[in-house]
Amino acid sequence: MNASFPYRTLSTIALLSSALAAAADELPRTSWGTPSLQGYYTNATIVPLERPVDLGEREFLTEEEAQARLERAMTVTETQPGTEADVHYQFDDYGMARAQNQTVFSHRSSIITSPKNGRLPPATPEALARGQEIRAWRAEHGFDSAKERSLSERCIIWAHEGPPLLPTGYNNHVQIMESKNHIVIMSEMIHDARVIPIRDSAPTAVLPPQWQGSSWGRWEGDTLVIETTGFSGRVTPTGAAAPMAVDAKVVERISRIDAETLKYEFTVNDPTLWEAPWSGDYVMQAVEGPVFEYACHEGNYGLPNNLSGARAIEAKGGKP
Amino acid sequence: MLQRSSAHPTPGLLRPLGVALLLVSANVAAQELPRTADGKPDLNGIWQVMNTANWNLEAHSATQGATEILGAIGAVPPGPSVVKGGHIPYLPEAKAQKEQNFQNRRTEDPEAKCYMPGLPRATYMPYPFQIVQSDGDLMMVYQFAGAVRTINMSNHQPAPVDSWMGWSNGHWEGDTLVIEVTGLNANWLDRSGNFASEQRRVIERYTMLNPYVISYEATIEDPTVFSEPWTLSMPLYKHVEEEARLLDFKCAEFAEELLYGHLSKDAAARSNAAGEQP
Repeated sequence: MNASFPYRTLSTIALLSSALAAAADELPRTSWGTPSLQGYYTNATIVPLERPVDLGEREFLTEEEAQARLERAMTVTETQPGTEADVHYQFDDYGMARAQNQTVFSHRSSIITSPKNGRLPPATPEALARGQEIRAWRAEHGFDSAKERSLSERCIIWAHEGPPLLPTGYNNHVQIMESKNHIVIMSEMIHDARVIPIRDSAPTAVLPPQWQGSSWGRWEGDTLVIETTGFSGRVTPTGAAAPMAVDAKVVERISRIDAETLKYEFTVNDPTLWEAPWSGDYVMQAVEGPVFEYACHEGNYGLPNNLSGARAIEAKGGKP
Repeated sequence: MLQRSSAHPTPGLLRPLGVALLLVSANVAAQELPRTADGKPDLNGIWQVMNTANWNLEAHSATQGATEILGAIGAVPPGPSVVKGGHIPYLPEAKAQKEQNFQNRRTEDPEAKCYMPGLPRATYMPYPFQIVQSDGDLMMVYQFAGAVRTINMSNHQPAPVDSWMGWSNGHWEGDTLVIEVTGLNANWLDRSGNFASEQRRVIERYTMLNPYVISYEATIEDPTVFSEPWTLSMPLYKHVEEEARLLDFKCAEFAEELLYGHLSKDAAARSNAAGEQP
């Protein structure tokens, strides 16, 4: 992706909502009449998923606060010697540092809009217990074999891909391609293309669990509504204590604000993980394409290096 | 056919009529192709080959597979050559490399490693792929390894970087979608070790014959491996099941024992038991 974009200043999402209503007649449309969502986007943001506790129920920062947050986010901090971050490759060597990429500016204090405190609902006792089991297993066996490593390190799936699709540390590019009966949402990392059928009613086919669930979409006016269930039961979503349940439900709503921006809203409902459903939204902003191929598995040096390092530690009588 | 014709000759007066009927039906078929708003053939759908090209592009008898322990499940099904002229025109050194690949196919075939297959192999693997045809570009999403590529219909440019699925510039020649693919990593073309280098240029041609069949051709130019360009061809069939959709085949985890098994704790313990260094 083009690494030289500075962030662009956008109005607040509250203002954008009124723009949406005003510009409805001027939205770019497909040859079959629906708003065109197609293009290359970034969802890189400086807005945290969860609101800092001290902000309470305050949804928006002041201009001064937002600018200060932006400055902090764009400041490159020195890594501490002896930490994992310190021996990691330099993100700015590869155009991956936040300050090198187009980042959507916002006054929002959190991506989460519901519950009102902008924070994830409390985890269920069941999820906490499951999470504890997983951590205990990993502490003992986490380096035994490739299968004990995380799904992202194994290049199988990255949690931010969702649904819900959430911003992550880098490579936040998304490509949307649409035909009359399908829409594809392709995350740069790790080249996962969700092909979503557009239908009048929910599909009836009995499908096996899928890594990103099975989705279907429908148009409600100019908003594309996507419903997803049938997850793998193996992916722990961002901020969750344990993997999302197979029959969890996610609803996404995508609408075009103007030629440059899409609004992405979502609601997650997994009663095994959280005491209540939670919702959020953010803005995706157009970027210059293309999105390059993220060949995670083909170039996976980290996984074998971690395992061989673990074996070397064990050969010296240590525990990785 | 010749024998049957001579035993039952077609009456001369009817022959021209038969030809005319064929032409009419071909014309009707062309008109009945599903088309997009801009009049191009509508290639949207899930497509898959019904052949054994992924086992071997050239003619091959049924044989024992690379992993005997799988019994008949791992056997190679027979198939005719899909290469025009029958054989791939390797340069001598490349032919030797192909033979070596064959010997090492159980562990060295990029398919076994779950690497993205590149072109043209992605098209004829025994897994479906979906064409999503927009008002402009197209996207091809492959079940195997979740490979995906964009067909750039207007942003034509040289491949900006090398990649597994390459850079695709597409255009229409009449009703045929022609795609030039460059910037591909070196890759195998089938399970028998046929291969091409990162120098290759692949010209694909997708011609819809009727709503359910696409004629697929790919011409491969690679002067470092082949003495001349060569072409493979085969039909692609549309999945017509109601609610047909691509399902996950994220095979990275199925390749972990092959790729990383020697680095596991168990493998180290086995090595120690055998008196070897891990």
